[in-house]
Amino acid sequence: MNNEILKVIKKYEGKKGSAIPILQEVQEIEGYISKDTIRDITEHTGIPSAELYGIVTFYSMFRLKPQGRHIIRVCKGTACHVSGADNIASMLNTVLKLPEGESTTEDGRFTLVEVACLGCCSLAPVIMVNEDTYGKVESDKLKKILDKYE
Amino acid sequence: MLIKEIKVGMASCGLAAGAKDVYNAFHDALPETVKLTKTACIGFCYAEPMVETIDDEGVSRFYGYLSSKDAEAFAKHEPPKKKLIISQKEDAPGNKKLARQVRIATRNSGLIDPDKIDQYVARDGYTAFKKVCTQMDRQAVIDEVKNSGLRGRGGAGFSTGLKWQFAKDAPGDKKYIICNADEGDPGAFMDRNLLESDPHAVLEGMAICAFAVGADEGYIYCRAEYPLAVRRLNKAISDAMDKGYLGDNIFGSTFSLHLKVKLGAGAFVCGEETALIASIEGKRGMPRLRPPFPAQSGLWEKPTNINNVETYANIAWIINNGAEAYAAYGVGKSRGTKVFALAGKVKESGLVEVPMGTTLREIIFDIGGGIKNDRPFKAVQLGGPSGGCVPEHLLDTPVDYESIAEIGAIMGSGGMVVMDDTTCMINIASFFLNFTQNESCGKCTFCRIGTKRMLEILQRIQAGKGVLEDIEKLEELAEQIINSSLCGLGKTAPNPVLSTLRYFKDEYLAHINEKRCPAYVCRDLVSYEINEEACTGCTLCARKCPVKAIEGEAKKPHRIDQDICISCGACYEVCRFNAVIRK
Repeated sequence: MNNEILKVIKKYEGKKGSAIPILQEVQEIEGYISKDTIRDITEHTGIPSAELYGIVTFYSMFRLKPQGRHIIRVCKGTACHVSGADNIASMLNTVLKLPEGESTTEDGRFTLVEVACLGCCSLAPVIMVNEDTYGKVESDKLKKILDKYE
Repeated sequence: MLIKEIKVGMASCGLAAGAKDVYNAFHDALPETVKLTKTACIGFCYAEPMVETIDDEGVSRFYGYLSSKDAEAFAKHEPPKKKLIISQKEDAPGNKKLARQVRIATRNSGLIDPDKIDQYVARDGYTAFKKVCTQMDRQAVIDEVKNSGLRGRGGAGFSTGLKWQFAKDAPGDKKYIICNADEGDPGAFMDRNLLESDPHAVLEGMAICAFAVGADEGYIYCRAEYPLAVRRLNKAISDAMDKGYLGDNIFGSTFSLHLKVKLGAGAFVCGEETALIASIEGKRGMPRLRPPFPAQSGLWEKPTNINNVETYANIAWIINNGAEAYAAYGVGKSRGTKVFALAGKVKESGLVEVPMGTTLREIIFDIGGGIKNDRPFKAVQLGGPSGGCVPEHLLDTPVDYESIAEIGAIMGSGGMVVMDDTTCMINIASFFLNFTQNESCGKCTFCRIGTKRMLEILQRIQAGKGVLEDIEKLEELAEQIINSSLCGLGKTAPNPVLSTLRYFKDEYLAHINEKRCPAYVCRDLVSYEINEEACTGCTLCARKCPVKAIEGEAKKPHRIDQDICISCGACYEVCRFNAVIRK
């Protein structure tokens, strides 16, 4: 088992309400929550696996599959919706050539996710790549943005 | 005029618009005589990136629409006059816009560096808390908040003073306070901005509340999607600890308070207070039946007071200026001011703080500058997924809790999304229902399944397969969901459908009877073709097409492949020769 993960679990030892922060920090390290990780957390904390799965599947930030090197977040908030966010999402799907039902490109470069609202409504439509926010995105400029991320 | 100081607006909106590049360019270009500092957001998001200059006479001016190329002009003390937005001295386009506002919760936003506690203190920061801690009785604090008429700014509008009273009166040695910063309404960004621009105002409000209700521990439950806000909050907490505004025996009293930021994990329902508490406890964020209310049994079953970010941000001002001064603003039972996030098809989007009772027309047209490209106004959506769409003939409605509820919307947390004639109201209703349907925690059957069935009906109508009975079915399901759901999410989920049915029934009928979408949005009811005679082969539409459905050589007529086309209308929008025909 990954030492870093063990460190996270140790950090929260004996603290109440720590299931979510543990999962959040473990996901930071591994990029997603694997079956093995869940088993490890259960083993060390005594929190039942069923409860952990319950949490992971309830909150949208948790992923059960590995993700790409870069995360693209398309804002689907109201302001973005009325400003053409659907077209941005369609364009991204075309450019990324995502396999049916998948959100990560085959080469593992990008993962595409839709998020409820990034809170930059005055710049709609908005996308975020990793920590960078792009406002007033136009569909034909997407490729240029994506080219920055290898 | 000699510029003495330049402050660059560095909140999320500014950064997304390129404020970092601007800051770096200024950093390289400015002479040493000009001090370069950072601030956050004054709310004029449409003009980002923005800077404020202070000249040798102490006059403040704001400039907008900047890029790194402008740095040289500022370095020569000749900022571009065209880009002047607000000025204390001469006429500027934004002056009137600012004059219409009353900035209480946002009193420091965009004026101070949020990472510098000294700047907050210099503007009377933590004086209210000191006064409370050293001179006031706990009940007197609560009475002051009660008398101010402040009501929950998260949307429900419950009296803040009364809520505090319940928490204070609840028996128990251990009590908690929580700040709800899980701003989930799509289209609302007031809380993000407050946290990014003036985190200490929120912390001070929480500290005063903790003193009044007798809590010594508190949490700020903040969305993980707001990394900058979280960073600034954590810095603010640690600075306040260092300065002795938080921690043990504050101001030499017996009062102690420890605050922590808790990251949300992405669930809209966690905006509901009992769900939020479950989430802090590390569980799935499912709401539970009330009573007991959190004031009696909240976090870890201890008495807990929960307020929203904006509510807390008002508190220090109320203590310093008095309940009467706050209550002097507003109308009827809605006192004070409210921050709104103005977005969508409005020219000058951003954050505005206005006295309660200001009309929608004043906010959208006088402050927001009207509709983008001067298109016709269609509706304004208030209150996010729990709210409703307000049509043009009700634009003179004053914005207060009661008047807004009367017209079928809700005040909500303050999101205001403006829509023009290119927005389809059925599409909007289905957008919100899709959202609530996804975010329903699944506990109540009517919310879980009912919203899904309503969404299916709306999608059928959008696809041109709707029948007249669908409208009755929608109304019937809406009533059942409202009556049979436990929490606010379910109880309000049908509102976007009901309000569009109430004010835009003709659009529903056009979709059902004529199989026509008046706004040309519903993709199954609209198609695009290229008129080969008018097409010049400029290739613009082919480049803009999101799905590469348009083919043709340069300078020769283009063609749309109907099998690939998703009817998004991008080609229609960009064609300069009216060669794209919309049916």
